[in-house]
Amino acid sequence: MQPLKRVHSRTVVIPSSNVDTDQIIPARFLTTTTKEGLGTQLFADWRYLADGTPNPEFILNRPAARDCHVLVAGRNFGCGSSREHAPWALLDYGIRAVISTEIADIFRTNSLKNGLLPITVDEATATWLLEHPGAEVDIDLEARRLTLPTGVTVAFPIEAFARHCLLNGVDELGYLRSKLGLIERYEAART
Amino acid sequence: MTARTLFDKVWSVHEVVPETPDTPAVLYIDLHLIHEVTSPQAFSVLKSLGLPVRRPDRTLATMDHSTPTRSEQVFGNVPITVDAAAKQVRQLELNAADFGVELFGLRDARRGIVHVISPELGATQPGLTVVCGDSHTSTHGAFGALAFGIGSTEVGHVLATQCLLQRKPKTFAVNVEGRMPRGVTAKDLILTIIGKVGVSGGTGHVFEYRGSTIRALSMDERMTVCNMSIEAGARAGMIAPDETTFAYLKNKPRAPVPGDWDAAVSRWRGLTTDTGARFDASIDIDATRLEPMITYGTNPGMVVPIGTPIPESAGDAIVDKALRYMGFEGGDAMLGKPVNVVFIGSCTNGRLEDLQAAAQILKGRKVAPGVHLLIVPGSQQIKRDAETAGLAEIFKAAGADWRESGCSMCLGMNGDTVPAGQYSVSTSNRNFEGRQGVGARTLLVSPLTAAASAVYGRISDPREFL
Repeated sequence: MQPLKRVHSRTVVIPSSNVDTDQIIPARFLTTTTKEGLGTQLFADWRYLADGTPNPEFILNRPAARDCHVLVAGRNFGCGSSREHAPWALLDYGIRAVISTEIADIFRTNSLKNGLLPITVDEATATWLLEHPGAEVDIDLEARRLTLPTGVTVAFPIEAFARHCLLNGVDELGYLRSKLGLIERYEAART
Repeated sequence: MTARTLFDKVWSVHEVVPETPDTPAVLYIDLHLIHEVTSPQAFSVLKSLGLPVRRPDRTLATMDHSTPTRSEQVFGNVPITVDAAAKQVRQLELNAADFGVELFGLRDARRGIVHVISPELGATQPGLTVVCGDSHTSTHGAFGALAFGIGSTEVGHVLATQCLLQRKPKTFAVNVEGRMPRGVTAKDLILTIIGKVGVSGGTGHVFEYRGSTIRALSMDERMTVCNMSIEAGARAGMIAPDETTFAYLKNKPRAPVPGDWDAAVSRWRGLTTDTGARFDASIDIDATRLEPMITYGTNPGMVVPIGTPIPESAGDAIVDKALRYMGFEGGDAMLGKPVNVVFIGSCTNGRLEDLQAAAQILKGRKVAPGVHLLIVPGSQQIKRDAETAGLAEIFKAAGADWRESGCSMCLGMNGDTVPAGQYSVSTSNRNFEGRQGVGARTLLVSPLTAAASAVYGRISDPREFL
């Protein structure tokens, strides 16, 4: 995995709360056996009309959304199914960080495993971001700090080990495998 | 020693390495369930690293999400409709064979929805850690197991090491007291809980369902409750094992053999929350006041008692958007709204007692003209049991479509979908936009309410039939 230290980008805003993983990528696209190329199916039912053409009303289809790598969303983003296809689709599309007041547990874990930053912020910061689509924000993972274009900086929580892995491009499986000796000892002691 | 919760007890036994401020716990996983949709990418990682499945004896595979439910497609020569789904099924067959993982394949008599077959086999047991690349893994908590859904990367971690890196979640007591009124089911109870806690109220927590109401529930009912813990955002839901649990497990194919049974039960009896143990959060529910519940919006927290009108949106843009999608307005009565499709099945309500409940209403009655009633058993075993018990005959006589087991119309990735714009009264677990098909409008209910609504062709109160 590539090290991830900083994300600097304009935001794209989806104000809905409880955006579930069925919206992020509908189940009918889960018949894939790989993780690549899911970006075209991201938010498919909101992004495309029944005839398959882009829905001009949907934010990701507007010119302002081009080259935005930070998604700001309403409360409880990523709830529902455990499908890791959700962060895969967001990443393949080009999103590197999601900001909300609440992010669902499984989605958060899946995102951290793939280098998509799940960032929870307080109500006031979220409201400001929701009201200022296109704001240029800076996310410093090392400092655990989000900086708004107003100069306001906000600390965000992130699990320490996941942060370490992202900053250093370390794979968690490698760490787990380094514990195999202890795992074997545990198994022997239990049986 | 400090008083501990059921969750604390199960967690601590599985800590290979406890958590520190810098590192999560290494948590041992006793049982890993896998299916065709979330495992292929994990097997690819193992292949690329040249790793074996470390404990195939703790791994059980089946196929349920993308499998068809039409008999001619499962057992006949009619191919699976979607090529990609057929490929996914084939890929799991190949992976299971390559890695030596036991697979209940498409035509296996023991196949079914992963969360239905593992309890049915007795593989799900009190005190175990159970994971699966599926959020409804919380179902297995009904046995006093710590069971939760994971993503595909973590599926790979468990395949390779039998462990996961986990931060210890918080605990949340859901206390339910009193006897549920007639016509009210476990589904109505969990929908009530989700309505009160909210769809993110459980985030970061493990629920423990407690109290006299929970103690009185059967295992099928307990599974319905635990299944939807994730819909309140909870990581898992647990119920302390008791005589009901032990009676269910006794003589199941993978339960402890007679020689080990007594020792297992005596160990399991210790899996209760100690008196005085503290929870991080709690809620109290009076079961005597419960009513049949129905969702009106696009998440399971948007739910009302069936006789209560839809709340006014009060200008909330999110509620307005949900109601627009559903074609409803604030103040509308739910009772009497027309129904196009009724789906009875899923890992929430596809077990034998659910089918018995539906049959109780459907017996001697007909599905209303123009309504498609699809009944999909949770497993092939349940299908056989329902046929032996005469339930299937009742369903067919009523005009229902009786299928092979699978996830089916719960998530519409297998050929079973609700047409755009149509109303589906469903016993499944999610009423998200498009969950049952593009543009489908889902109303979550109990099997009793589903059957009653199928008979009238309108949303109906099952208490009228009982």
